[in-house]
Amino acid sequence: MLQQLFFGYYAFTIIVLSLFVVTRKNPVHSVMWMLLLFFHIAGLYLFLNAEFIAAIQVIVYAGAILVLFLFVVLLLNLKEEISIKRFVGSWPAGLFVAGLLFVSVVTVLGSYVQGPIGKYSIEAVRSETHTKALGKLMYTEYLFPFEIASLILLVAVIGAIVLAKRKLRS
Amino acid sequence: MMVPLNWYLILSAAVFMIGMFGFLTRKNVIIMFMSVELMLNAVNISLVAFSHYLQDMRGHILVFFIITVTAAEAAIGLAIILALLRKKQTAHVDEMNEMKG
Repeated sequence: MLQQLFFGYYAFTIIVLSLFVVTRKNPVHSVMWMLLLFFHIAGLYLFLNAEFIAAIQVIVYAGAILVLFLFVVLLLNLKEEISIKRFVGSWPAGLFVAGLLFVSVVTVLGSYVQGPIGKYSIEAVRSETHTKALGKLMYTEYLFPFEIASLILLVAVIGAIVLAKRKLRS
Repeated sequence: MMVPLNWYLILSAAVFMIGMFGFLTRKNVIIMFMSVELMLNAVNISLVAFSHYLQDMRGHILVFFIITVTAAEAAIGLAIILALLRKKQTAHVDEMNEMKG
């Protein structure tokens, strides 16, 4: 009962906050609501016994990505932003498409069949801690994707610098 | 008493739907980009929930990689938006018509 209450609080808050993110007029407010949203999602991950994922959710999303967003939002002309209409003219069509997707996903959920259970039970993970279990798997079985991820980050760093730098007068 | 897996999946679908609605209907490029982040987070919720209920670690690994790629994507996307703001002085998609789309 307590678990369901806990989940209910988190689910309700996450949905309300994501509605706030999408519908607020002022982009700075959107970013702030998104910060709160990411903290709630991190709480949900803790509830699912994924401590490491919750930690990187807070560190990477709330700490790094949202700060980047905030920097760019502060370059906008907020006066113009607040005076203008926030949605495009045909927004009911967008709502219809998104609602159709939601209905179809929820309809399909009934036919879900659970696959075989893996070996990482809650007790097994708890006995060697989540971070250690994840790290062991990451550096053995998933070493190659891990290296590719580092390459992607390198490309992103170079690309961001090249795109954002001003043209030098030569 | 466990929370059923379906609840997590419905929550994930709802957040994904809200993100998709925002992406399709907002004028501001930055809010559209934030909607994309919202959709990625929705998928992450469902992956972690599956991982927990199937007692497997692969979902967590996938979420780790998704967060890495999202960070890269945010850096590149915001650099593009920055270049766009510098060139056009506006962040509204309905005023961008260079591609004649």
